Amino acid sequence: MPAPLLELRDLQKYFPVKTGSLLRRKIGWVKAVDGVDLAIFAGETLGLIGESGCGKTTTSKLILLQEAPTAGTIRFDGEDVSTLRGTALMQYRREVQVVFQDPYSSLSPRMRVGDIIGEPLEIHTNLSRRALAERVAEVLELVGLQPDLARLFPHEFSGGQRQRIAIARALATNTRLIVLDEAVSALDVSIRAQIMNQLEELQQRLGVSYLFIGHDLATVAHISDRIAVMYLGQIVELADSLELCAKPLHPYTQALFTAALPAHPDERHQKLAITGEVPSALNPPSGCRFHPRCPHAMPRCAVETPVRKEAASQHIVACHLY
Amino acid sequence: MAELLRVSSLQTHYTSFGGSRVIKAVDGVSFTLHEGETIGLVGESGCGKTTTCLSIVGLLPSAAHIVGGNIEFDGEELTKKRPREMRHIRGRRIAMILQDPMASLNPLFSIYLQVAEPAFYHQRVRGRSLRQRVRDLLQAVRIPSPEVRMREYPHQMSGGMRQRVVGAIAMAGGPKLIIADEPTTNLDVTIQAQYLEVLKDIQRESGVALIFVTHNLGIVAKMCDRMAVMYAGKIVEQGSVRDLFRSARHPYTQALLGSMPKLGSKEPLFAIPGQPPNLARLPSGCAFHPRCAYAMPRCIEEEPADRSVGAEWKARCWLTAQEPAKEAYAGATA
Amino acid sequence: MVDILEPTRAPAAVVAPQEFASVGGRWIRLARELPLVPLAILVPFILIAVFANFVAPYDPTEPIPGAKIFEPPFWMPGGSTQTLLGTDFQSRDVLSRLIFGARVSLIVGVTGTIVAGSLGTALGILSGYLGGWVDQVIMRITDAWLALPALVFAIFLATVVGPSMWNIVIILGLVYWTRYTRVIRGEVLSLREREFVKLAEIAGGSRTRIILRHILPNVMNSAMVLASLTIGVVIIAEASLSFLGIGVPAPQPAWGSMLSDGRSMLMVGDWWLTVFPGVCILLVVLATQLLGDWLRIRLDPQLRNL
Repeated sequence: MPAPLLELRDLQKYFPVKTGSLLRRKIGWVKAVDGVDLAIFAGETLGLIGESGCGKTTTSKLILLQEAPTAGTIRFDGEDVSTLRGTALMQYRREVQVVFQDPYSSLSPRMRVGDIIGEPLEIHTNLSRRALAERVAEVLELVGLQPDLARLFPHEFSGGQRQRIAIARALATNTRLIVLDEAVSALDVSIRAQIMNQLEELQQRLGVSYLFIGHDLATVAHISDRIAVMYLGQIVELADSLELCAKPLHPYTQALFTAALPAHPDERHQKLAITGEVPSALNPPSGCRFHPRCPHAMPRCAVETPVRKEAASQHIVACHLY
Repeated sequence: MAELLRVSSLQTHYTSFGGSRVIKAVDGVSFTLHEGETIGLVGESGCGKTTTCLSIVGLLPSAAHIVGGNIEFDGEELTKKRPREMRHIRGRRIAMILQDPMASLNPLFSIYLQVAEPAFYHQRVRGRSLRQRVRDLLQAVRIPSPEVRMREYPHQMSGGMRQRVVGAIAMAGGPKLIIADEPTTNLDVTIQAQYLEVLKDIQRESGVALIFVTHNLGIVAKMCDRMAVMYAGKIVEQGSVRDLFRSARHPYTQALLGSMPKLGSKEPLFAIPGQPPNLARLPSGCAFHPRCAYAMPRCIEEEPADRSVGAEWKARCWLTAQEPAKEAYAGATA
Repeated sequence: MVDILEPTRAPAAVVAPQEFASVGGRWIRLARELPLVPLAILVPFILIAVFANFVAPYDPTEPIPGAKIFEPPFWMPGGSTQTLLGTDFQSRDVLSRLIFGARVSLIVGVTGTIVAGSLGTALGILSGYLGGWVDQVIMRITDAWLALPALVFAIFLATVVGPSMWNIVIILGLVYWTRYTRVIRGEVLSLREREFVKLAEIAGGSRTRIILRHILPNVMNSAMVLASLTIGVVIIAEASLSFLGIGVPAPQPAWGSMLSDGRSMLMVGDWWLTVFPGVCILLVVLATQLLGDWLRIRLDPQLRNL
């Protein structure tokens, strides 16, 4: 088993909640990420799926060093990321990039596209102007855009094209891991398919890994090799993508599948078994966090937090049913 | 079932820059809706589906005008109505549910006031019966403890709850038609599923007809009886959902179906090449031809007419003038 | 079957759908939409100020030999076409003084605004982007500064450093920078949260780089609009200082000092000494305000093709 490219271990991020304006006492913690274990290997796509408030955005911020973890470690190529300084830190930033959801605000409106894509190169390398321009042209072609579009401004492109530019930017510096944070959610259906195909092709060609964060099961399942399901700050299930679709074990995962929209009007339709809303991360339920909404809840579930077990080969679940 | 809404050759244009630029947002749209039916208006951004709905309810922005066609609703011609008359129809006989519940709800008024308003204004319900009405409506949208909830304010509720309140407001006037414009786009997956169930229940109980505007074919598969696919301001294919999902006749419909990822399948997605059209500079002939795998010389020269290809099934494509289109798009069939 | 993708071919026609596909086209379109009234006023004034040496009939600081003092404009009895708009208390030509005065007003107005704008924008950016105690310190200074009445403060500074045109420029810059700081800080606060800034941070960009390449270009619009709207204020401030005698020193002509010189003669009916400079101030300030308004509407991102 080769070593993972990125490894999250017992990752925790608690946000303090304060009251009062002057003294601001702490009255509690929002446990946005509460004990997450994940590994992403070179050349693979790990899907991270969950609904709002599950902590996937916070996880992505932790990986991108926009936030510091309260506890736990993030290791990249074996090295603890929080200890990185100077050149090593810049190296990390060079190799880990992100593409955000909104194509209309992720590109600097007053910079030419070529400059936008070239910026990481400017920051990290000493390439001459010509070498930079060549690299930018190279990357533009990689994402399916004509190199001479580099001199245009972002507002002259459509949403799908802007996402391509964002992807090009993320690839410019020989990136090894790209966090795709709902990167296709804001795109039209046909463009979404284009971008997803493009991403897969790029992965095959360049061997770059993806962390694909999304909320649409079908989309995430399609592009991911493995999928992790998050609920209220914890990973409740982790398995190979096809395996998960064939046999979802955790009741929450099963609910996600039931709730997923059909692909055909004739598809058999089950009644949704869960009710209610996602509780707040400020006061998560005791024991298994899903138990108030779980159709299979047992007395044990309210008391004891389930431990992650390997219920089937390479298929990890955190649930007392297994 | 009686016919409720008949849109015929509707044309709505946006004019800007002092008349120098005309965008044909809706260019000859015709469809029919019967009582109690649900039709899905499908298309990507800029295809004209929202403009069509705004045309129906008379809420077009000042830059847009209906320049042709008819909208017959419940025996009345809506294009001839004056704004004051439309105000009586909106909310009472036709209601709208929009995408962002926070934008649809007034943050300053309680839920009770907002749900009661249509009943108060249109049906003159008052006092205790009004309170009962609100309670019933909130129950119909499955909001628990309606007595308590009706005193709350929008910001105290979650997104899914708010969208249900919007649904209750829509039902409050007792409409015959509800137009829902992407109502679940901002909702989580499980919340969306619950909400769609609620909509279905409401429809079953009250017999209201529904126009569901969306770009998500999964919603259409779940909720709609019929669907109309729009592209560049025209309906390119319309028919029963089953017919279209099984064997769509228009290449764009086929392509849309083929680009949906299917759970549990890693088959490559069909990606339509090119970009959505610029409405200010449409291609000649059939607007889809630059992106169509089956484009023929005729498609570049002439706009295809709307032809019948089956029972209540129409498509705008020159291919239908020949044999049935081959199944070349992966995933277009069941 | 994989993707029959060919976006590389579809292209240029779709990519540059707007009317201006090149930078040149953009400027032509801009020219067609320029505001006529403010420019019709400002352009002549600017040209006159630039070419004052050639346009003005006389040296503004020298008395005209052979002319009387307080000669009225040429269309009134007692006036002559030698001195079109009359003469002042030293029989200097009013018209020439107006022309050279335009130079003073415009130079001080523009450079004063540039000083105030640069200082204010820089502080606003630092305050908004760096946050923390830098923000607190700068904001408290701004608050304190704003509490000082502008003109009184200017007067104070002017008496301390002594009058000269460039001193006035610096002084006005120091007095009016606060107008920019608040507004720019607000914009920076929202810009900071925009994704493209976050992306630059994630890519490892230094703060200097982010400020210069991402923040500054995006606040330039607001800064320019603010500048064009406040240039009138600076011009009037300079005129006020000159009026009080602590602005541009005599004998250099300035509209404000002309107003002051002519004040006493208003009582006896020699109106041309004050009305002409007054009208000049009015026109220039009005024009800059209108221009600022046009610029503000034009640069509003909601109305742009985004």
